Amino acid sequence: MNFDLTEEQQILVDSVARFVQNDSGTERFRKLRESARGWEPAMWERMGEYGWLGVPFPEEQGGVGGRFVDLALILEQLGRGLVPEPIIPSVVLAGGLISRLGSAAQVERFLAPMIEGRTSLALAYAERQSRYCLHEVQTSAVRVPGGYALRGQKVWVLNGHAADQIVVVARTSGSQRDRAGLSLFVVDAGARGLSRTPIGGMDGQRTALLELDGVEVAEDARLGGEGEALAHLEWAIDRGAAAACAEGQGAIQELFDRTVAYLKQRQQFGVPIGSFQALQHRAADMFSELELCRSTMILAAIQADSDDAEERQAEISAAKLQLSHGGWFVQENAIQLFGGIGVTDEQDEGLFFKRLRVLQGLFGDADHHVDRFQRLGRFSADR
Amino acid sequence: MDLSFTPEQQNFREEVRKWIPRAMPADMRRKAEAGASFHQDETMQWHRILYEKGWIAPHWPKEVGGTGWDVARRFIFQEEIVRANAPELSPFGLSMVGPLLIQFGNAEQKARFLPKILSGDEVWCQGYSEPNAGSDLASLQLRAVKDGDDYVLNGQKTWTTYAQYADWIFVLARTGTDGKKQEGISFLLADIKNTPGITVKPFLTTGGTDAFSETWFKDARVPQKNRVGPENGGWAMAKALLGHERTLIGGIAESGKWVQRVKRIARETPVGTGTLFDDPAFRRRIAKLEMRYRAVAMANLRTLAAAQLGRAPGAESSILKIVGTELYQEATELAMDAMGHDAIGWYDAPESALPEHERWVASQFNYLRAATIYGGSNEIQKNIIAKQILRLPGA
Repeated sequence: MNFDLTEEQQILVDSVARFVQNDSGTERFRKLRESARGWEPAMWERMGEYGWLGVPFPEEQGGVGGRFVDLALILEQLGRGLVPEPIIPSVVLAGGLISRLGSAAQVERFLAPMIEGRTSLALAYAERQSRYCLHEVQTSAVRVPGGYALRGQKVWVLNGHAADQIVVVARTSGSQRDRAGLSLFVVDAGARGLSRTPIGGMDGQRTALLELDGVEVAEDARLGGEGEALAHLEWAIDRGAAAACAEGQGAIQELFDRTVAYLKQRQQFGVPIGSFQALQHRAADMFSELELCRSTMILAAIQADSDDAEERQAEISAAKLQLSHGGWFVQENAIQLFGGIGVTDEQDEGLFFKRLRVLQGLFGDADHHVDRFQRLGRFSADR
Repeated sequence: MDLSFTPEQQNFREEVRKWIPRAMPADMRRKAEAGASFHQDETMQWHRILYEKGWIAPHWPKEVGGTGWDVARRFIFQEEIVRANAPELSPFGLSMVGPLLIQFGNAEQKARFLPKILSGDEVWCQGYSEPNAGSDLASLQLRAVKDGDDYVLNGQKTWTTYAQYADWIFVLARTGTDGKKQEGISFLLADIKNTPGITVKPFLTTGGTDAFSETWFKDARVPQKNRVGPENGGWAMAKALLGHERTLIGGIAESGKWVQRVKRIARETPVGTGTLFDDPAFRRRIAKLEMRYRAVAMANLRTLAAAQLGRAPGAESSILKIVGTELYQEATELAMDAMGHDAIGWYDAPESALPEHERWVASQFNYLRAATIYGGSNEIQKNIIAKQILRLPGA
């Protein structure tokens, strides 16, 4: 048992940290949040050249053959700079599913160019009525000659506005809440009948609202077996949650470091405000929650690769709860300790605050994960 | 980074898991299975069983009678001990004065004291706090004045937990009054049973047990050879010990046990035609507690693993003290909620009114208010974090 980074991991973390420091700090994010796309294809290609986009994929698919925890370490560093390139939707969600379920031809066509940073991907799963339930799906895929016709609406599709291909969850059989009967389809962004409306998020990142009006896809656009998608989708969304914890960790750490620096610098009553015990104790409590976030984040990232679905779900839910409650404690107090300027757009702290709140809600909020945890078989089993 | 257990470590877990119930006398096993609390004599009985097996001091070096296990084995062992609800050993010898002697004691002191800590022949207690030296421990007043080969001690210690069962007490005493208050403190070992002038008076806690005592010293003579480390050099050693104590008294492993206890109570608490464990709202409360426990246990493991690599538990252990004790208390609060009307009951209620596995819950719920106070109050721990980790000004 060893929690230390390996030498390779340390080199990776250092190089991503340098990248954020030199090329992708909050100034860059501020410019990009004003742009239509919200992120830069040139930077995406650079990430491809660095090999970051291929970390969790096996070498035979053109990936690096790393573990999920390596990707989490990258995301943690990127979170410190609010780097907006779409790693979570493209690499973790859609890329993960294509790698897991795709035929050799599908991998070659959809995954390989993404790993090189030439294309990006998205996963469309959420619907207006679905909340966090992954099998609450109305979007239908009806068989037509040579393939399927997809009809329905998908909301808040991360990177849906810019993706070259979108993996769409649709029902091939069963009724609205059935666990069986879900299938995955790779839909080209330019497909006829697909309309996407870009929607900006409060965090300055972009999503899309998708309307599928009889979008026809060929048989070979289906990922994995017909009607068998749910377990894989749950796996992918779990990894999304672990990734959100990792990126969130960087944001929390950055917010906390900035707050402590401010406590030492800001003077009131003729002394630094950090000399007041009321604020010292608050900072100490924030530090405790930060450390718990890091502990659960690491464990979740390791469990993201686990074959034991219950253990994976237990640890990822615990991490997501900690991000949502412990992380929230850090972010709300960071703003409070900055005082009025913490609520100005000019100050960076609000940017981290907003990104964190988005990450906390993505892939299941605290209530959802607590409820899922109590439904696990091992919760009820005698020890 | 690798958190998995090797097949060899998993075999070790199996071995421990099988051994514990076989090693327990029948009475003890029954109580352990019922999740009951244990008396001092049962705790010492279990101490001797572990000693004979060679498993009494997993955290001591092998040369002085420890097991020589790595952090993974120690973690597994601790998990299994807690899982089995075995009696909790007294920490004062094995985890406090023992490690301090190993680090700072001379050869003679080690030979004299360590074997009997291991065997359980000598039970220890801690003499740190005084009526006017609590959070401000360094202002302690117990005087130790040199006279011939001895120190003569006068003053009072308080919160000397289980002093009435102890054979020896380690005390912080004032041997110097010059300079800073931290500089005139020495670390002394006193025979609490046989030294004329030492009196112990237990008193009841709100938990209804006599966990606390006061200890008076009136012209009590302690040989100078029972001083550990240099004269007036006790504070630094005591501080090193406190860092170690903090990782221990978070009660993190115990909190894990309480999660299971709450589930058991919920399962055995009838509500209408079902049980409380069928209630999704209550299950979510338990789930939240268990998820928090996982987070805290993981943070603890990270600290243990770092210690294994030779990094002393520093100010980071203050985090574990804070979040651990808060969790510990929360667990007892949830257990009380789970009991419903049974939470009215006290441990002397008959079995017909209060089942065995609920018997000590109210007592522990009350006593464990102390958890956020003892071992350096949680507010003191926050001061330590602010000063030593965050380096905030004037802290």
